[in-house]
Amino acid sequence: MNQLIDAKNITLDPDKLVSHDKIATSMYSSLELFEQEQEKIFRKTWVWVAHASEVPDKGSFKLSKVGREPVIVVRDRKGNIHVMVNRCRHRAATVCEIHKGKTSSFQCPYHGWGYGLDGSLRALPYPEQYGDDFDKSQHGLLKLRTESYQGMIFATFNDDIEPLEDFLGAARKWIDLFMKQGGGFPVKTLGEHQFSVPMNWKVQLENTTDAYHFPIVHKSFLQSLDEEAEKTFTFLDGEGFVEDLGNGHSVMVMIPELVDLDADLDRKIPERFEALAQELRDEGYPEDQVRRIVRAVGGSGFNLNLFPNAACSMAFFRILTPVAVDRTDIRHIAIGMEGGPEAANRLRLRLHEHFQGPMGFGSPDDAEVWERIQRGVDGGAELPILVNRGIEKEFQGDAGPRGHVSDETGMRAAYAMWKRMMQE
Amino acid sequence: MNKTDTDNLLWQVTQFLWSEAAILDAKEYDAWLDLWQPEGLYILPIEDADDYAAVLNLCYDDDKMRRNRIKRFQDGFSISSAPPAITVRTLSRFVIDAVDGNTVVVSCGQHLVEDKFGRQRLWAANVRYTLTSTGSSFQIQEKVVRLLNSDGVLNSFSYLF
Repeated sequence: MNQLIDAKNITLDPDKLVSHDKIATSMYSSLELFEQEQEKIFRKTWVWVAHASEVPDKGSFKLSKVGREPVIVVRDRKGNIHVMVNRCRHRAATVCEIHKGKTSSFQCPYHGWGYGLDGSLRALPYPEQYGDDFDKSQHGLLKLRTESYQGMIFATFNDDIEPLEDFLGAARKWIDLFMKQGGGFPVKTLGEHQFSVPMNWKVQLENTTDAYHFPIVHKSFLQSLDEEAEKTFTFLDGEGFVEDLGNGHSVMVMIPELVDLDADLDRKIPERFEALAQELRDEGYPEDQVRRIVRAVGGSGFNLNLFPNAACSMAFFRILTPVAVDRTDIRHIAIGMEGGPEAANRLRLRLHEHFQGPMGFGSPDDAEVWERIQRGVDGGAELPILVNRGIEKEFQGDAGPRGHVSDETGMRAAYAMWKRMMQE
Repeated sequence: MNKTDTDNLLWQVTQFLWSEAAILDAKEYDAWLDLWQPEGLYILPIEDADDYAAVLNLCYDDDKMRRNRIKRFQDGFSISSAPPAITVRTLSRFVIDAVDGNTVVVSCGQHLVEDKFGRQRLWAANVRYTLTSTGSSFQIQEKVVRLLNSDGVLNSFSYLF
């Protein structure tokens, strides 16, 4: 396991870059590799672009990215969702620079070409100069194949890829469990934190399936909790696990009693949620619903990592966007209960702010160590990056190899998928 | 108020806010906590809102969260703040928006430069303070710092605005 990598002769051969137990340093630093990843991964697979509640109404849109490519996610008048490249078919100007909103069409600011909500070219000034055989139907915005699961909208440039549900496979069960955070209401997004970190995107991909770092990097977060909550988040000694779910996806169960939020509703309400429980009782919610909502507010006890860019991470969506070989943008999207009690959603917001985002008690420390990785790989190109933790004790779980909660099983799952896609 | 009173108030407020800025650059956080009223709110919004409690913010700190945040900075277990970025900030363009009894609402512009890992970053913000006059000085009732790109892609912060 400690053998060095022949850095001088490192090629772009995925087989040499990724072994089951280690990856090469250039995985984080090679510009050429980064360009290949855009083509072979981000253009070839399903990429998470939005949650349905971000485009709630007819005409609602929001800007997103598929890899580095700017896209518009929009709901048309029939309620169908379209994802299309934000680029006029005439001379390439973006047709929208508003982050989110509502519209009836998109118009290019340069020469006024106008597009419908489904991306079709509707009108252009002085069309007669293009001649009689100009076919508007061939000049719509470039559209991506778009499918959704449980409100999560994915898009792909690859028309030949399997249906989204097949791609998600064993991860679907965990998405279903994650959405129980609606507490009986539909899940809706409540805003997002966005921050950029000087690191390769795969450093972020790994982190969502890395419980090993939690007590070290997040010690100051743990210290800010009450004793009961601190105990809940001290999970490395518990019964948690990491499991490979296939196609690069994995789940990391940190708090097993918070996997199914509809189960064990008679469990004691944690002290930090007592005030909320009382508020809901005072509002007239029956006890069983109070318990269900309070349990949902606390979030799920697992991280679901979806290759290549999304995660259902305990109580929020974590979305990564590769910007450059050494720069990654991250969105931490808060979620809550559509039509649920205001007090519950407010507490969700405060809990999100507590850990996540540029001023959270958790994310800045994550960002620091991620940047330290990117700074570290400037040295020792021949040294491998180890992803071998727990490799010998792994056993077959429900869907794939399973290891201890602190094991690197999820990273091995992601890198196996990376290798498969880069070899195609 | 006549012009002399207004000028006097502006000067007193300016002195207070400059001393707060110096305290934050020096990271004398215990002194900073002393500037607050216990029920005061320290807020960095993402978007404008009538009620910041109902929306997601970068931070929404009551007294308890403020103290937790300072403890986190001071205890040395947070890798991003051990050491933190160093900062130099200036506040200017003070405008007194309202005076009501002992309460003064004042707005200003802020530029802050941070330095860490040999890299400098520049942040600009509109800041609105609600202050309570104590006679000789002020206490902070509310401080709302709206970064210019608060709804955009930011970096993580190891200090306070």
